[in-house]
Amino acid sequence: MSQKEKIKFDTEAYQKMELLRFTTAGSVDDGKSTLIGRLLYDSKAIFEDQMKSIEETSRKRGEEYTNLALLTDGLKAEREQGITIDVAYRYFSTPKRKFIIADTPGHIQYTRNMVTGASTANLAVILVDARHGLTEQTHRHSFIASLLGIPHVIYCINKMDLVDYSEERYEEIKAELTDFSSKMDVKDVNFIPISALFGDNVVERSKNMEWYTGPTLLYELETVHIASDYNHIDCRFPVQYVIRPQSLEYPDYRGYAGRIAGGVFKPGDKVMALPSGFTSVIKSIDTFEGPVEEAFAPMSVTIRLEDEIDISRGDMIVRENNVPEASQDLEVMVVWLNEKPLQLRGKYRLMHTSKTARALVRDVRYKVDINTLHRIEDDKNVGLNEIARITLRTTEPLFVDPYSRNRQTGSLILIDEATNNTVAACMII
Amino acid sequence: MFSYRMNHLKELESESIYVMREVAAQFERPCLLFSGGKDSIVLVHLARKAFHPAKIPFPLLHIDTGHNFPETIEFRDRLVAETGARLIVGSVQKSIDEGKAVEEKGYNASRNMLQTVTLLETIEEHKFDAAIGGARRDEEKARAKERFFSHRDEFGQWDPKNQRPELWNIFNGFKNMGEHFRVFPLSNWTEMDIWQYITIEDIDIPELYFSHKRKVIVRDGVILAYTPFLKLRPDEKPVEMVVRFRTIGDATCTGATKSTAASKEEIVDEVAATRITERGGRFDDKRSDSAMEDRKREGYF
Repeated sequence: MSQKEKIKFDTEAYQKMELLRFTTAGSVDDGKSTLIGRLLYDSKAIFEDQMKSIEETSRKRGEEYTNLALLTDGLKAEREQGITIDVAYRYFSTPKRKFIIADTPGHIQYTRNMVTGASTANLAVILVDARHGLTEQTHRHSFIASLLGIPHVIYCINKMDLVDYSEERYEEIKAELTDFSSKMDVKDVNFIPISALFGDNVVERSKNMEWYTGPTLLYELETVHIASDYNHIDCRFPVQYVIRPQSLEYPDYRGYAGRIAGGVFKPGDKVMALPSGFTSVIKSIDTFEGPVEEAFAPMSVTIRLEDEIDISRGDMIVRENNVPEASQDLEVMVVWLNEKPLQLRGKYRLMHTSKTARALVRDVRYKVDINTLHRIEDDKNVGLNEIARITLRTTEPLFVDPYSRNRQTGSLILIDEATNNTVAACMII
Repeated sequence: MFSYRMNHLKELESESIYVMREVAAQFERPCLLFSGGKDSIVLVHLARKAFHPAKIPFPLLHIDTGHNFPETIEFRDRLVAETGARLIVGSVQKSIDEGKAVEEKGYNASRNMLQTVTLLETIEEHKFDAAIGGARRDEEKARAKERFFSHRDEFGQWDPKNQRPELWNIFNGFKNMGEHFRVFPLSNWTEMDIWQYITIEDIDIPELYFSHKRKVIVRDGVILAYTPFLKLRPDEKPVEMVVRFRTIGDATCTGATKSTAASKEEIVDEVAATRITERGGRFDDKRSDSAMEDRKREGYF
C-alpha cells in the first residue's frame, strides 16, 4: 500500500458530521448509475481494487468504457443479466456529511424497491433526461417520493450536454416540474441542470452552464437542512424492551428501552402510558454514559418512571396533553409488495412501531394509477407493485399519527401469516 | 440555542442499539457471533450499551477454526470475563474429526469455508433462532444487498433474490420452526466509522491491529502471517516486515498490510489515505468475483 498520500484526518470535524440518507430514482437510460459512480468516484469512495475489478469485468464483457453500474450490481445474477434486482446501499462521505444512498433498480420490481429505499430517506434525487423532459416515469418517481413522505426532492435535469447546455430547455422543464410538483406533498423541491457523464454541476461547477447560479448537486446534498426532518413536537416513545437487571447492584431497576419516535422528553415530564392510560413522571432518561437532560428522535434511550406501572413491549409512552389517536379502524395508503395479491376480507399479521397485532382488510376504496395519478374505483384487485387506499380493522387499538406528521408512528407493515413474508407497506392517512 | 441534532456516529450507534433490542425482544434464543475482529468487538460494545445496566442477554458464539492468532483468543477470554457474557465455542477441528467437514488440501488450503459447517451445526445444536453478526454493507458487493434482519431457511441458506422487503425501522422476524435469522446491526457503518468509533469510545482491540514486526509470506501480492498452519510452497521463505492487520480472521487467509500505524489515531489517518478496500487483503474473497455471495448463500457469516 502506498503511503505517499499522507493525510491528517480531522477527527473533530468527522465527529460533527451529519448523516443524510437519500434515494436515487431514474432508469439506466437516465444516467443514474453514471451519476452515482460520479459521486462515489469524485468523493474518493471508490477504491483502487474495486475500480480495477470493474475495469476488468467491463473489458471481459467487451464494453467500451468502464461500466460504473457494476459498482452497484452486487449479485451474480445482476452482473450476468446486466440488471439491478435489489436495493443496494452505497456509502460515501465528504468532510461535511456521511451519505447513505439507497440505489434502487430501474425496471424490475421498481415500485417495491423504490418504496423500500424511500422509507428511510431524507431526500430523493430524481433524474430527468433533458432531451425527453417529463415522462410517466418522472410522475411515478415523484408520486412515490411524496407518498413515502421524503421531505426533500432534487430534480436533476441530466444530459444537458445533449441539449447544448441550453438554459431555455432547462427552464422549460423546470417550469413543467414546478407546476407538477405543486400537486404533490413535498416540502422542499430543487432543480439542478447536470451532465453526470461529464460531471457538470455534480461535484464541480459547470463551465458550460454559466447561466446557472445555483448550487452543485453535492453542495446541495451537503447543506440541505435535515435536523427538522424528525418530529420534535409530539412526544412518542414506543417501548421496545424492558430492562430489569435483577442484580445485586440494581435490584429494583426497571427501565423502558426504546428509540424516540417523536418529540422531546425530559426528566420531570408528566407522561401517560398507553394503552393503560396510567400517568406518571419521568424519573430519569438513562444511557450507558449516564442520564441525559433531554432525549429526542432518533435517540435510543432507557426511560424510568417515578411509579411502578405495568408497561411492556408494544406500549407507548406519550405526554399526557398530546396523545396519538387510538384506533382499531385505520385508513391507509398501501403499497403491495408480494406476488400474491391482496385478499379482500383477508387477515394479516401487522407490525406497527414495537407492536404486533392482526388486521383484517375491510375495504379497497380505490387504486392509484401511478403513471397518471388517476383514481381507479372499479378495479379492486391490488397486486404486486400496486398502490391503493384501503381500510383495516385491527384486533386491538393501535396508537397512531398520520404518516404526514410522523413517519414512525404513521407507518405499518402487513405480513402473510402462512409464509411470514412482508407483503405490504402502509401509510396511515 | 440547543439544536436537536445527532452526529452521524451517534445516529449509527442509536440505530444499532435499536436493532439489538429488537433481537432481544423478538427472538427466544439469540446469540452474537464473535470473531475477535474489530467489528464484533464493536458489536459487543453496542450490546453492552443496549442493555445497560443489565448484562448482555445472549451468549457470544465463537466459531473457532483452530487456526487462530493467540492474541485473538487471549483478547476474547478477557472480554468475556469483563462483560460477564456467556461464551460458546463451535470448533471446526471437532467438525473435521467427526467427518462432517473435510479439510482442504494444497497451498491455499483454508478452514474459512469449513466454518459454515460448524456455524450451522452450532446454531442447530443450541437452537439459536437469531445470530447477530458484524457484517457491514460497505465491505463487499454481495453484502451491500443484505438486510438488517436476514432470513435463513432450514438449511441456513440465504436467498438473495427473494429477500423480504425491509421498510422504515420495522423488522419482521417471524419465521417457521427450524429457520433462523442473521441480524446485522452494523449494516450502515463503514470501515472509517468503525475506526472513528473505536477511537472516540476508546474501545480495546487486539494488538494485531497495530503495527508490529512479524514473519510473513508474500503470496500473490497478499502478505500472510507465517504460522504453523500455513503450507509453504517450495520457493517461499518467511521474511520479516512491519505490518498490521486490517481485518482479523482465520490466520491462514487474513492478509496484513505494511504499516507503521501504532495507535488508533494513526490507523484512522491510514484508513483515510488508503485506496484499497479492507477485504482487498483477504485471500478468501480472491477466489472468484462472487466468492462472498456463494459462501453467504450456503450460510456463511
